[in-house]
Amino acid sequence: MSQVHVTTTINGDPTEFLCEPDETLLDVLRDRLGMTGSKEGCGTGDCGACSVTVNGRLVCSCLVLGAEAEGAEVATIEGMSDGETLHPLQRKFIEHAALQCGICTPGLLVAAKSLLENHPDPTEEEARYWLAGNLCRCTGYDKIIRAVMDAAEEMREAS
Amino acid sequence: MALDSKSDTQTRDFKVVGTRPNRPDGIDKVTGRARFGADITAPGMLIGRVLRSPHAHARIVSIDTSQAEALAGVRAVVTSADFNKIEDDDFTADILDNCMASEKAMYDGHAVAAVAASSEAIAKRALKLITVEYEVLPHVTDVDAAITADAPVLHEGRTDETVPAGMSGNVISRFEFGHGDIEAGLAAADKVLERSYKTEATHQGYIEPHACMASMGPDGQADLWCCTQGHYMVRNTCAAIFGMEQGQLRVTASEIGGGFGGKTTVFLEPVALALSRKSGRPVKMVMSRSEVLRATGPTASSSVDIRLGMTKDGRITGARAELRYQGGAYPGSPVEFGSMSAFAPYDLEHVKTVGWDIVTNRPKQAAYRAPGAPMAAFAVESAIDELAKGFGLDPLEVRLKNAAREGTKSSYGVTYPAIGLEATLRKAKDHPHWTAPLGPNQGRGVACGFWFNFGGDTCVSLNITPDGTVTVSEGNPDIGGSRASMSMMAAEELGIPYEKVRTIVADTGSLGQNEVTDGSRVTFAVGLATIEAARAAKREMCRRAALVWGIDEEAVEWIDGAAQPAGPNAGDHPPMTLAEIAATASNTGGPIAGHHEANPEGAGVSFATHMVDTEVDPDTGAVKILRYTVFQDAGKAVHPAYVEGQFQGGAVQGIGWALNEEYIYGEDGVLQNAGFLDYRIPVASDLPMIDTVILEIPNPGHPYGVRGVGETSIVPPLAAIANSVSESAGVRMAQLPMSPPKVLAAMQSK
Repeated sequence: MSQVHVTTTINGDPTEFLCEPDETLLDVLRDRLGMTGSKEGCGTGDCGACSVTVNGRLVCSCLVLGAEAEGAEVATIEGMSDGETLHPLQRKFIEHAALQCGICTPGLLVAAKSLLENHPDPTEEEARYWLAGNLCRCTGYDKIIRAVMDAAEEMREAS
Repeated sequence: MALDSKSDTQTRDFKVVGTRPNRPDGIDKVTGRARFGADITAPGMLIGRVLRSPHAHARIVSIDTSQAEALAGVRAVVTSADFNKIEDDDFTADILDNCMASEKAMYDGHAVAAVAASSEAIAKRALKLITVEYEVLPHVTDVDAAITADAPVLHEGRTDETVPAGMSGNVISRFEFGHGDIEAGLAAADKVLERSYKTEATHQGYIEPHACMASMGPDGQADLWCCTQGHYMVRNTCAAIFGMEQGQLRVTASEIGGGFGGKTTVFLEPVALALSRKSGRPVKMVMSRSEVLRATGPTASSSVDIRLGMTKDGRITGARAELRYQGGAYPGSPVEFGSMSAFAPYDLEHVKTVGWDIVTNRPKQAAYRAPGAPMAAFAVESAIDELAKGFGLDPLEVRLKNAAREGTKSSYGVTYPAIGLEATLRKAKDHPHWTAPLGPNQGRGVACGFWFNFGGDTCVSLNITPDGTVTVSEGNPDIGGSRASMSMMAAEELGIPYEKVRTIVADTGSLGQNEVTDGSRVTFAVGLATIEAARAAKREMCRRAALVWGIDEEAVEWIDGAAQPAGPNAGDHPPMTLAEIAATASNTGGPIAGHHEANPEGAGVSFATHMVDTEVDPDTGAVKILRYTVFQDAGKAVHPAYVEGQFQGGAVQGIGWALNEEYIYGEDGVLQNAGFLDYRIPVASDLPMIDTVILEIPNPGHPYGVRGVGETSIVPPLAAIANSVSESAGVRMAQLPMSPPKVLAAMQSK
């Protein structure tokens, strides 16, 4: 089969690419576009390391085809900070030591950003359930949840 | 010049150590910029994939790769025929055979061939064109079944001289530790408990699959980039496999996405080198999650028999453990560590452990955080708990009564210096968690844990730049914030701000030999070398200042980041800061650096006590963790947030091991749950916050008193949770995991 031509927007940038019909959005991002911030931990939608948003919806990019990005707005970890200014979640993750190895961090940040966009004032339990699709093996999630709750509070105060 | 001596450290007033600065790799890791194993590329790169055995045990009769080689885009196919046969080095020969099966496929998922192609899709197609003819053999995957007389024997002639004649050929080695007279000790008890315990194999479960990229030229030089806990180990192992000189292979460690011991050996790296050599191109290889679970090291499964005698006032009179660990298809289960650590927390007159290393048709085990210790502690700490509760005694009091202290001769032979077990127990007893009320179907459990901690070969180079910043080069992959810790210790020693120091992990061409990031050794050993390297640089800077001032170098001392005259006789000279000395270094003898190379002794053993509350759902058997508190001795916490992180992470891995995680094999010997959906590690919604209490009983073997903290935290949880669940469920749980069906069945049969 011939490759599919896709016109899309990634982190606000107009982007075109060719991909195989069965190629995942994750592989397109990583292997064709050089955006290796999204990670593959499982390839089956179980670990959340490849989390991105497509038209504002949180998805595992390993379960989305590259061709499905046609006409869509895709947001990845590479677009999370505003130039030199980190997103409050990014800053809080560093300040709270919410990462050890850091492999799950991009996916967790994308998922946590989506949480706070949908629920600016989550309870701890809501945060834990929203992030239950993002596996972290290093931290036991304690400092991640604290960072997310702290960022949520700061963002509420700023808005 | 005067330097801080080791004896000062216990009362030393730290300025940087003990604070919580941001880590130097933080921005890279929250923006997606950090480059992990699978993020590396090279011009002209091929993609390599591995063909794996679908059989648990099979003789490889023939492999026909001709059709795969003929496929357009395929540049190389390798099998075991492409590797040298390794004679006289069983250790390396086993590693190679695990990377690429030679005569037999030893387990489901064992590599039998590999291809390199211009795309992953072509590589995958090529795998389907390889024809392997197997002669399927009987298999065994259970540790107790493997030692029965009619079990199929994996290897002939590998049993060593420690094993009595007449046992199954799957028994590889026997270990024995202890002292005293067990029978006399047990005879003095008011009660002797005899019980058997089993744990299932669990995987380290790092989120980053193994990945590497190799480039090997016809001149015999090679470069390798990979995610590993020890790129020096990768270099030395691959050099041994290929018969190369170690200096001809340069290995660069990428950022590492978790390891927990599982990345202390090689899997893909020799295969990628062989494919690169054959194709003349760089070759990148990345495992899928199912490959990680099927073919990389889980830890051992275990079967342990305990005999424990106790008086009615809680004194342990005699203790015996017999431990059988299967470490997969090759010798080397961590049963020796299990046997040494089983009773290490206790001061016992009569104690004996016997360990058996057993092979089965499972993937070759790899180290997993305190390898061998959690299963042994599960059995011992469960038995102590059962006896203590049977006598109506406080389980913390019983542990305090028997606790090892300074001067105790341990069950594995050494006599302890200052240790922190008692402090963790007292802290636990005084903690509000211990007396908090419990509801129906709830229980509370405690358990202690021990880990040895390692030293190992270590090199650090510390360079002073012309503008007075400091770079530290070390050789151990940073797996949880260690670059921050090294920068902090260098800053502390030099008396400069943390931000003035930048630490990097150097490739194998830049430093001498470095032991793997294992044994909780890095903050201890690399930290010690960093401090000593800084001291060497300080000596040199004092010498430069003496030169400028025209005084004796012994008359100069280093205080608050500057060289200063050491008293009135040295003359009246204003302090020369590090930056001032650096700025003029060119005129006083050239660049300034310090380095230190050592294999430091004195890692300092580590102890912890864990406390956990659980609730069991009487209808489903599901266990909920309600509250968890870790009490552990860190010696000195360099970066307390990362110490807490180690405590929390270890505890939660233990929760997974205790409640859900297990390798499930079918009758066919095939792994049935090779994915994160069915191999279920804890997720955020399973857990409460994990409370931590850091104790600091200084390690006399480290300039700042540091002990390793990474591994001990996974030792107590299995037993602490089992003790808690046994109380919640009203029935003793002696097999892991305590998954809902097992807990429900136990409750229904009581």
